[in-house]
Amino acid sequence: MSTSIIIISSLVYLLLLFLIAYLVDAYPKKGKKLVDNPYTYALSLAVYCTAWTFYGSVGKAASPGGITFLCTYIGPVLIAPLWIFILKKIIRISKSQGLTSIADFISSRYGKSTRLGVVVTLVSFFGIVPYISIQLKAVSSSFGILTNEGKEWNEALNNASFYDENAFIIAVILTIFTIFFGTRKLDPNERHGGLVAAIAFESIWKLFAFLAIGIFVTYGIYNGFGDLFSKAYAHPEISSIFSFKESEVDSWTWTWLIILSMTAILFLPRQFHVAVVENKDANYVDKAAWLFPLYLLLINIFVVPIACGGLLQFPGGEVEADNFVLSLPLYYGKDILALIVYLGGLSAATSMVVVAIIALSIMISNNLVIPLLIRTGIVQEQSSGDLSSRLITIRRISIIVIMLVAYIYFKAVGAGFSLVSIGLISFAAIAQFMPVMLGALYWKEATEKGAMAGLLTGAFIWVVTLAIPTMAEVGLLSENIITEGYFGFSVLKPYALFGMESSDHIAHAAFWSLLLNTGMFIGVSLNTVPKQIEITQANLFVDIKKYTKKGSEYELVKREAQYRDIENLLHRFLGKKTAQKILTTYAKSENINLEKLKTANAQLVNLAESHLAGAIGTASAKFLLASVVKEDPISLEEMLSILDETHEVIQYSKALEKKSEELLSTTQQLKAANEQLKNFDRLKADFITTVTHELRTPITSIKALSKILSDNKDLDTDKRTEFLNIIVSESERIARLINQVLDLEKVQSGRTKSDFKVLDFNQLTQLAFKSLKALFKEKNIECITAFPSTELLVEGNADRLTQVVVNLLSNAIKFCDPEEGKVKISLQAESPNLIVLKVSDNGAGIPLEKQQLIFEQFTQLNSQRTGKPAGSGLGLYISQKILKQHRGKISVQSKKNQGATFIASLPLYHK
Amino acid sequence: MSDKPTKVLLVDDEPNILVAIEFLMVQNGFLVEMAFDGVEAIEKAKAFLPDIIVLDVMMPEMDGYEVANHLRQDQAFVNTKIIFLTARGTETDRMNGYGKGAEIYLTKPFDNNQLVSVVQELATYG
Repeated sequence: MSTSIIIISSLVYLLLLFLIAYLVDAYPKKGKKLVDNPYTYALSLAVYCTAWTFYGSVGKAASPGGITFLCTYIGPVLIAPLWIFILKKIIRISKSQGLTSIADFISSRYGKSTRLGVVVTLVSFFGIVPYISIQLKAVSSSFGILTNEGKEWNEALNNASFYDENAFIIAVILTIFTIFFGTRKLDPNERHGGLVAAIAFESIWKLFAFLAIGIFVTYGIYNGFGDLFSKAYAHPEISSIFSFKESEVDSWTWTWLIILSMTAILFLPRQFHVAVVENKDANYVDKAAWLFPLYLLLINIFVVPIACGGLLQFPGGEVEADNFVLSLPLYYGKDILALIVYLGGLSAATSMVVVAIIALSIMISNNLVIPLLIRTGIVQEQSSGDLSSRLITIRRISIIVIMLVAYIYFKAVGAGFSLVSIGLISFAAIAQFMPVMLGALYWKEATEKGAMAGLLTGAFIWVVTLAIPTMAEVGLLSENIITEGYFGFSVLKPYALFGMESSDHIAHAAFWSLLLNTGMFIGVSLNTVPKQIEITQANLFVDIKKYTKKGSEYELVKREAQYRDIENLLHRFLGKKTAQKILTTYAKSENINLEKLKTANAQLVNLAESHLAGAIGTASAKFLLASVVKEDPISLEEMLSILDETHEVIQYSKALEKKSEELLSTTQQLKAANEQLKNFDRLKADFITTVTHELRTPITSIKALSKILSDNKDLDTDKRTEFLNIIVSESERIARLINQVLDLEKVQSGRTKSDFKVLDFNQLTQLAFKSLKALFKEKNIECITAFPSTELLVEGNADRLTQVVVNLLSNAIKFCDPEEGKVKISLQAESPNLIVLKVSDNGAGIPLEKQQLIFEQFTQLNSQRTGKPAGSGLGLYISQKILKQHRGKISVQSKKNQGATFIASLPLYHK
Repeated sequence: MSDKPTKVLLVDDEPNILVAIEFLMVQNGFLVEMAFDGVEAIEKAKAFLPDIIVLDVMMPEMDGYEVANHLRQDQAFVNTKIIFLTARGTETDRMNGYGKGAEIYLTKPFDNNQLVSVVQELATYG
């Protein structure tokens, strides 16, 4: 086929594209009908099928393990039903925030972060540029095949200068095409109806071309699928290629390749662009979710038949399998068909290149160049004037630069790689967006730092496991890296990181990069505190449904700006025409007179921001607005200080609460103390009353009897003696009482501690018992004693302790059975630290309710003998006090009519 | 003063005080009976039917006021005179005593002559 025919038909084809795009833009009403529908939308998604699909699938299918070519399509088909949730959510978020690229999307979600936008842009750039360059290779080589008919294939392929020339021309044409449709005007929404129409047309064309060659091979050369496959299976070499069992592909590789293609279909910049940015209505997704898989199915039906046909036709491998689609029709002399197929390949390549470059150029200008210009102040310096044309220039330069780099890459390494491998390396780069994208959509706790850490880690692993070894393979770097590992460490082999062997380099790289990426993303997110703006954006993204319903009331902070400032910004960055259109539309919908408007409310500020974001990126839009908007969104510091204040208030109220609790408890304590004082007062009064009563009683008899004695001098001796004895005994009683009161005073003031000495309590008790022995005998009381043979040392005052023992013994005498008195005394060391003295009587016992009472002052029970109290009522009270001073205790055990046992315990003294 | 000797019941839980009062009463020609607590006092009073009771206030189990209360409810003791003898000497105690139906309220330690004359007066004039 002559070169001129091919060149002319190529140019005609490209002109047709120009025409379609131009007409759609020129007649927006009719154009809209054509573009704004789910079918065009689904077709535009087919930009996914590149020259790689067109040539590479057959090439891959015809090589060992070739069946893996399907992974690239299985992934998207599997994920398509989920688009209804994921893709629609992404679209809604992007529309509400004016996001125009995946870099902007990620940057916006993580606090409108400029640096995150930069990273995403760079990853995209380095991931996609090789992919673009490989399209150039595909087109130029297909061009070469057609024009070199009759020459040896290899010769054609090796004709390097010819190659370059072709590729360069194609690159230039595509650049012009891209600039023409991508940057004709600066649309804040980045929607290019003409371009979409052209892309959709290209999708139809490439499908048509591929079906044509498929039908030709299957039904033209052979007699249908049956005939073709039976012939292919007759060849053991061919059948082995398509057999799953004998293929070299394991499920591990399948899994990872499918995962990669799942992420690629959503997050490849060009896919994001057509699926999200160019989308008119999120509901198109519902239809596209089944239309697009259908398209993939159709375009793949004939991949295997063509591969079989090619292998049958050119068994020796003299024809590169990537080129079967062209060489088969040429071989059979079907030049027109070959031309159609060639144009199909051209359409696949051009659509991919154009959209990818537009998507990349948006990222580069909005996330790299403009932030840089704004930060350095270059934009602000020219404070007046329309900047929109300048922005377009930036965009155009970006496009040229991308194409130039792609061309250089093509010249440097591109020739050494197959379509499929470069495509998959791109996929692996783009897959690094998956964790942060899913986090952006569904995980509010994800932070900018986490996203940054995850992305950088993933990108780094991608570089070391794919990019660098790829360069080594083509000879740009030493092969040693692959065979020996980085720096000679075998654990750092790029294709077997940490000793993990994998049958497939891509799967290996995907595994490590995604694992570490996700790990870092989650780990760092959980350990960092998001800024206020990150929290706001996280809510807007994750809960997009909530906010789209409510309109724009979501802003956490009221924002206000001078209307003039807003107007100015829009004029400068969008151009007067676009800006005025936006503002009048707004004014109409809100019923506002713009002439009189002085302040722009939050709604207008948000509107302006979303339009500016479309033109210059979210981060830059936020930055620019911050200079004119009165109230910036609350900074983290402010937020924290508010939280601090709240915290302080809470603390303060807690302190108050505590104070009032303390007050309450103090009041209660005071009340209790007062009550105690009153009690003491009452006790004191009682004490005085009791003491006076106790004193008056003996004095009464003494006084009366002495008076009788003095009045009756002639009283007989018996009476006189009786009366005198009574007087003596009553006087003694008074003396005793006075002594006890004094004892009590001493005990209560605790004055006795200083005279503590180490003494033998055993001896002391026995002495006390001896002194009372006569009394026991006199009252005819039976005594059972149990004293230990050893000494029992205590530290204390001998007199006081004797007083206790005597008190207990005399109580026993007083209260034991009057007829058959029986008293038990036992003393022993009950533990290495405790001496216990038990004194039991067999009297009436002490009722339970009185057992506590008897240890208080002036309470006493009636003596068994006389039926009346036989003491001052101070004995046990004093004993208890004394024992307390000696760190001892006294208690009583008693049952009615079964006597009482008083138990005194003292700590044993140790040297 | 009638021919019959005046019967006096002495109640106190302190035997030594009883000894003194008994001596004084007997010396002045009264017929004396003694009780050591409230319960015994009521028993003795019912049997002895005294004209005058000298009643200690502070006694265990049943105090003097209770005894007086109990006796006042009995028709047999409508004319019986009660002299409270107490070691409680405050004005409140005194008023308390009169409120309980005492004819005379004497504090311990009492004056021998005063006690005797009070009893004699009560015996004579009622």
